Amino acid sequence: MISKRPATVLGFIAAGALALTACGSDNNTATPGANNTAAPAPTATTPVECGGKKSLVAEGSSAQKGAIEAFVAAYGAKCSGQQLAYTPSGSGAGVKQFNAGIVDIGGSDSPLNKDKGEVEAAAKRCQGNPAWNLPLVFGPVGIAYKLDGVTSLTVTPELTAKIFSGAVTKWNDPAVAAVNSGATLPDKAITVIYRGDESGTTDNFQKYLKAAGKGAWTKDAGKKFNGGVGQGAQGSAGVADAIGAGDGTIGYIEWSYVQDKKLSAAKLDSGSGAVELGAEGAAAAIKSAKVKGEGNDLVLDLDSLYASNTAGAYPLVLATYEIVCSKGYDADTTKAVKAFLNVAATDGQGALAEAGYVPLPNEFQAKLLGAIKAIA
Amino acid sequence: MSDSDTVGRPGAPGLARGPRGGAAPDTAPEAPISTPQGSGGSPVQPPKVITRPGDKIFKALTVGSGVFVVAMIALIGIFLLIQAIPSLADNQANFLFGRDWDADPQGGLAFGVLDLLLVTVFSAVFALIIAMPISLGIALFLTQYAPRRLARPFAYLVDLLAAVPSIIYGLWGAYVLAPALSPISTWLNEHLGFIPLFATGTSNLAIGQTIFTAGIVLAVMLLPIITAISREVFDRTPPMQIEGALALGATKWEVVRTTVLPFGRAGYISASMLGLGRALGETIAVLIILSSTTSHFGFSLFDGGDTIASKIARAAQEFNDPRGAGAYIAAGLVLFVLTFVVNAFARSIISGHKEYE
Amino acid sequence: MSTATDLNRPAAPPAFQEINASRRFKNRLATILVAGTFVLALAPLVWLLITVIAKGFQYVLNADWWQKSLAGLTSRQFGGGVYHAIVGTLLQGLICAVIAVPIAVMVAVYLVEYGKRSRLAKAVTFTVDILSGVPSIVAALFIYALCITTLGMPRSAFAVSLALVLLMIPVVVRTTEELLKIVPDELREAAYALGVPKWKTIVKIVIPTAMSGIITGITLAIARVMGETAPVLVLVGYTTFINYDPFGGSMASLPLLMTSERLTTNEVGEARVWGAAVTLILIITVFNLLGSLISRLTSLKTK
Repeated sequence: MISKRPATVLGFIAAGALALTACGSDNNTATPGANNTAAPAPTATTPVECGGKKSLVAEGSSAQKGAIEAFVAAYGAKCSGQQLAYTPSGSGAGVKQFNAGIVDIGGSDSPLNKDKGEVEAAAKRCQGNPAWNLPLVFGPVGIAYKLDGVTSLTVTPELTAKIFSGAVTKWNDPAVAAVNSGATLPDKAITVIYRGDESGTTDNFQKYLKAAGKGAWTKDAGKKFNGGVGQGAQGSAGVADAIGAGDGTIGYIEWSYVQDKKLSAAKLDSGSGAVELGAEGAAAAIKSAKVKGEGNDLVLDLDSLYASNTAGAYPLVLATYEIVCSKGYDADTTKAVKAFLNVAATDGQGALAEAGYVPLPNEFQAKLLGAIKAIA
Repeated sequence: MSDSDTVGRPGAPGLARGPRGGAAPDTAPEAPISTPQGSGGSPVQPPKVITRPGDKIFKALTVGSGVFVVAMIALIGIFLLIQAIPSLADNQANFLFGRDWDADPQGGLAFGVLDLLLVTVFSAVFALIIAMPISLGIALFLTQYAPRRLARPFAYLVDLLAAVPSIIYGLWGAYVLAPALSPISTWLNEHLGFIPLFATGTSNLAIGQTIFTAGIVLAVMLLPIITAISREVFDRTPPMQIEGALALGATKWEVVRTTVLPFGRAGYISASMLGLGRALGETIAVLIILSSTTSHFGFSLFDGGDTIASKIARAAQEFNDPRGAGAYIAAGLVLFVLTFVVNAFARSIISGHKEYE
Repeated sequence: MSTATDLNRPAAPPAFQEINASRRFKNRLATILVAGTFVLALAPLVWLLITVIAKGFQYVLNADWWQKSLAGLTSRQFGGGVYHAIVGTLLQGLICAVIAVPIAVMVAVYLVEYGKRSRLAKAVTFTVDILSGVPSIVAALFIYALCITTLGMPRSAFAVSLALVLLMIPVVVRTTEELLKIVPDELREAAYALGVPKWKTIVKIVIPTAMSGIITGITLAIARVMGETAPVLVLVGYTTFINYDPFGGSMASLPLLMTSERLTTNEVGEARVWGAAVTLILIITVFNLLGSLISRLTSLKTK
């Protein structure tokens, strides 16, 4: 008797829970956000064979999160019912998860590193076949700052290196004033915000400072920030938040975050005039990038890109890779991975500029499609 | 009834219960009683203890569950230790006294937990120092001062603080409280900066991702925990003592000071220790609020840094290499031991006081 | 009472002496301070709730919010909902309860009905105390070390539930133990007198008597573990799709959605984070209300 009532109530809860589970849906129609000045999307198309594993799993760089989301939307539109779940937990995590065989595609801001045994581990994961680094997503990295009263700031690679290694600690330092003639710079301390977690953005940024900083960057490159100044924040979002919340702050984040947070980004002067952060400057820089990987392993030679001083180019560009097996997936996964990458390299490119990325240049797209086709 | 009781089980203290059947919820007697009714009709022979299979199975199940729970706590320690040992063996730094954390398995492990431990303890103690007097006040207010009718709803409000998930505390702390605290911390830093506690730290004050902010949020999270237990203890102050004090002409405050506080002190301290344990292990709120840093911890409230828990959570996505994960598991083991000791200490304070039960 | 003490002093010394000014001041001060702490404690609660509601309430008013996932939306597109995370949160909480409750109730039965003051009972009580103080991140690490490194399971929602079990057991043991203790012994004795075996007495008499309280305790415990973030962070991946399978694949939950969408720095991300915060608070409130409702509905019967 006594036990009847609670049991009934429990029954109601269970029924309620069941009713709730019955009505959910993954079916979304997107309300598009505001359009950015669109850089031209590449034009080639390729036949996409949908099917295979229903939900792919990918993990890695938070820098390509927005691009992957655009790709996933395009993938779902092209191949209905097909999904890809992307966990933006950082490049380090992406590589590790890929090598551990937990995810199908790894997203990384740096190619697999031979010295660290990543190449070997990846080959093992792919049943003895090499893994390929496919640079699918390009995005400029902004040097964002917040300094009350200063709306326009120009930096040179050398000055950036000095700021991020602690050689320049005040905003009114002569070194800052030298490239910002006319601006009134306050007597404030510079607070450097860096990525506290391991990150490919940090790696690229430090490589850039090393290549272009004219010797001012004496520290190592690597996924960990080695500048030795400032305070760390979690993820690009954390960096963006911290820059926005402070005064006198400066940090490096992907363009999309600069847009989202409406931060000011410094113009970059590589020796032939200051260039604004944006798709145009980045696209100009990417065109000059060279591939140094072998065959379909499309690893980019970033040092030459970073050191270039082409007029109108913004060379602080992050190339982020999709790490995939050249062979060694099961048939279902192979089919789905190829379909996803094909959609990403074609249909997915259209929405990229809006999300803060640079669409692939035509010649690059051709190389990528060739590589994707070769996956077996 | 009491007849058969005493006859059946001569050793049982059945007599004591005779006159006042309804009153005392005494926990002792049911086991002895279970045997005699089988032979209730024949008081002459000592009855056999009948064990039914159902009883055996059921008892085994309950004992099993009990053993399972005890084993669980041992397993936690053992498993963490097993997983930590290989990484500790590879560690090139001194684990307990090293101050730098490098758990990247590719570069060779060199991790020391000292800095994390210091930040953990420092922020938790700071939170406790804020939370203790306030919870004491709340507990006194709810048990001694608040009008009887309102005491319960008021207590419910304080308990609501415990129902809020810590991630929401974290978001609130980082995005709302941190900017609001920045004038206070700037003022403290400017005027009291000569005290090491308020010295300029590694975290920018305008952003507010400091131990100061984290500690205050932690303190808010501790309030309901410390208050709930203190309240219970204060409520059990013998009315005789209170009435005695009142009869001697004591003011309300004097009543509290001379009867309630001495009576409840041990419970209050124990509650605070439990709160400390909670603060030591808090993860997500600290993770969201604190900025990380590459400098060593400088014992300033305005430092950033990582507690053990937040460091583990920060790296959680990268637990794929067993050796790297092992380093974090080793840190987790330290946290486990730390909270174990604090909690055991808290319980030992209260278990010496029979009057609380 | 009277202030002019010198003029009309009574012949006999008064039975009650005046409280002198300093004592009165201290008393007044203590009252103000004590009441002040209470107000001080409510300030963050009110502030926090207002913040969350102001930032997130508008989003949960949309029907889509409760029925759709965030599948296929980029971080710059409004729309969609958190259905996938609600499902994950409830599923993980319920699986956890299904595992934890029987164990916890049995432990409580052992402590009250069998263990008494035996050594094992003392050890169990001590362990439950310690277990209730184990940080959630340590519980998560333990499950990680046990299931994922040692047993080779993939990260999954089930692993999260297992970690939550560790956090839930002590809470349920505590409440159940308290409730079983206050079940009147007369009930047990009456059953024994009728020749009912002990185990049946416990199952059919003792536990049902305490049932309403136990269920209330369980609901509150579920509400508590559903807000835990550390285990989901370590033990399962996030996805924007609906996943009903606790053993395979990534599964969202409200806390995980909040930590993940926190990385989206624009208004869309903010909407999702604060909307999810409101949703989580609403769900926890519903569970809490359910708890007190159950105890109210069922406690009448026991009298």
